[in-house]
Amino acid sequence: MKIKETATIISQECLCRNVYSMWIAANAAEHALAGQFISVYSNSDARLLPRPISICEIDNTNKPGKIRLVYRVAGAGTEEFSHMTAGDRLDILGPLGNGFLAPVPDKITPGVVALLIGGGIGIPPMLELAKSLPCSVVTVAGYRSGKEMFLTDDLERAGKLIIATDDGSVGTGGTVIDAVGEAKIAADMIFACGPKPMLKGVKDLAYNMGIPAYISMEERMACGVGACLGCVCESTLVDDHSKVNNKRVCADGPVFDASEVVL
Amino acid sequence: MNTSVSIAGVEFRNPVMTASGTFGSGMEYGEFVDLNRLGAVVTKGVSLEPWSGNPVPRVAETYGGMLNAIGLQNPGIDTFIKRDLAFLSEYDTKIIVNVCGRTIEEYVGVVERLSDTNADMLEINVSCPNVKEGAIAFGQDPDALADITRQIKKKAKQPVIMKLSPNVTDIALMAKVCEDAGADAVSMINTITGMKIDINRRRFVLANKTGGLSGPAIKPVAVRMVYQAAQAVKIPIIGMGGIASAEDALEFIMAGATAVAVGAANFTDPYTTVKVIEGIGQYMADNGVDDINELTGCVTDSVPI
Repeated sequence: MKIKETATIISQECLCRNVYSMWIAANAAEHALAGQFISVYSNSDARLLPRPISICEIDNTNKPGKIRLVYRVAGAGTEEFSHMTAGDRLDILGPLGNGFLAPVPDKITPGVVALLIGGGIGIPPMLELAKSLPCSVVTVAGYRSGKEMFLTDDLERAGKLIIATDDGSVGTGGTVIDAVGEAKIAADMIFACGPKPMLKGVKDLAYNMGIPAYISMEERMACGVGACLGCVCESTLVDDHSKVNNKRVCADGPVFDASEVVL
Repeated sequence: MNTSVSIAGVEFRNPVMTASGTFGSGMEYGEFVDLNRLGAVVTKGVSLEPWSGNPVPRVAETYGGMLNAIGLQNPGIDTFIKRDLAFLSEYDTKIIVNVCGRTIEEYVGVVERLSDTNADMLEINVSCPNVKEGAIAFGQDPDALADITRQIKKKAKQPVIMKLSPNVTDIALMAKVCEDAGADAVSMINTITGMKIDINRRRFVLANKTGGLSGPAIKPVAVRMVYQAAQAVKIPIIGMGGIASAEDALEFIMAGATAVAVGAANFTDPYTTVKVIEGIGQYMADNGVDDINELTGCVTDSVPI
C-alpha cells in the first residue's frame, strides 16, 4: 500500500564524500521490501518533483518502523536532504516499485547462492536484499576508489563481500564484472543495481553463466507511481500494459528480469 | 451551496478535473484519491494505434515547474476502450477522453471508435509540443485548427473540447476559431515549449531537446490566456496551467474558466485534486458564495476599499 506521509528523521550521517545515510521513522516501512524505493519531496516549492531513493534497510522492530535511505548528493534536492538532521520532517511517498523478489520464481531455497552486484550508488539496495535473502549471499560492490567506499561493514555482516575499485586502491582493480571473474564465483542467480553499462555487463555475465539476473533500473521520474510515463525503459517484447516496447521503471520495475529489457 | 457546473449539457459534480497526461486513466492515482469525488477524469491522450513516445530522459525539473517530452506514449484506442474506459466506468465521475493523432483521419478514427462508448466528452489534443506530426501543428495555425475542429465535430457523438496551445501569438483568436468551427468548449493551456541544458555535460537534459513546461511557473501565463479567451468566446473554458491549490483554481475561474484541471501538482502531491475541491468549498462557505458559477469570470478592475 502506497501512502504519502510526513516522516521524521531519526539520524543522518555522511558516509563518504557526497554519500549520506538517513534513518527515517515512517509507516511506509511496514510494507516495504528490498529493492523498492521511496519518493522524497523537497521542502522548497521551487522543486516540484520527488527524488526517488532506493531503500537500503528496513527495521520494523517498533511502530512506526524505520527506513534507511543511502543516497548521493546529485543536485539541489538531495543537497537539501543532506543538510537535514534528527527531528526534521520530510514528506515521502512509498514504498514504490516492485522490489527484488517480486519477479523471482520460488526458487530461492537455503541451498542456492545469490550473487548481489552493486555499483556506486546502486550498492545501498543490496544491503536489505542481502539481509532478507534466505540463502547464501555473495555481494560484489564496485566503488570509484578506496576513499569513496561506504556500507562495507554492513555488507560484510550480511554475507560474503568482494570489493572492486576503479583505481585498484582496494580489492580488484576494475569493474564488478572483473571481480566476479577473479573470484570465480559460482551462483544460481544474480541481483544487481548500478549504472547502465554495469547492468549491461551483468546481463551478459548472467547469460554466459546460464543463470537469471534481476536488475534494478534507474531513470528520471516524475510521478513515481506509473501514471505519467516519464521513466520508461525499452522492453525486449511488447509490454502487456503499454502495448509498445516500453516498461515503466517506477511501476513495472524498478527490478526487471534482465532478459526482459534492452540495455 | 452548488458546486456543480455544466459544459455542453454535461453536468459535473464540481469544476475540478485532472489534466490530460498527468493522471493516466486514474488507475494509479485512484490508490490515493476517491475518483468519485472528482468533477471529471481527463485521460492521457489516446491514438488509433499504440504509440511508443519519445526516448528518455523524458522529464526534467525546472524552477517551480517541470519539462516533459513524453511524446504521447499510449496503448492505442482498442486497449484504451477495453481496459481504461472499462475501469473508469466503475466510478461515478465524468470521463473526458483526450484524443491525439498525426493526421485528421487518425483523430477522426479515434473519435469514431469512441462514439458508442460511455465517454462523456472528447478533448482534442491539438497542442502537444512533443510530437513531430499532428498535435501542435494543428493548434498553431488558425485555418488548420478550424478545419480539424469542423471535421471532428461532423463525426463526434460527444461534445468536443479543443485543447489549446499557449505557443501562439493570439490565444483569443485561436479560441474564437474553435468556437466558430463548432467546438463545444476549449481547454487551456497545454504546456509551454521549453528547454533545459546540463552545463556540466554541455548537453540537453531531455532527449527530445525541447519539452513542455508545466507547474506553478506557468500559472500567470495560463490565467492571462484564460482571461483573454473568455473575452473572445461564449463557449465554456476549462482552465489549467500550474494549479496546485484552491486559490490557484479560483484565479482561473474568476478569469473566466467554468472548470479547471490539476496537472503537474499531482506529482508533487497525489491528493491535490481533492484538496482543491475541498478548498473551493471552503472559500465559497467563507465568502457566502451559493453557486460556483457566480465566480466564473467575476474578476473586475475595481479595487475594493
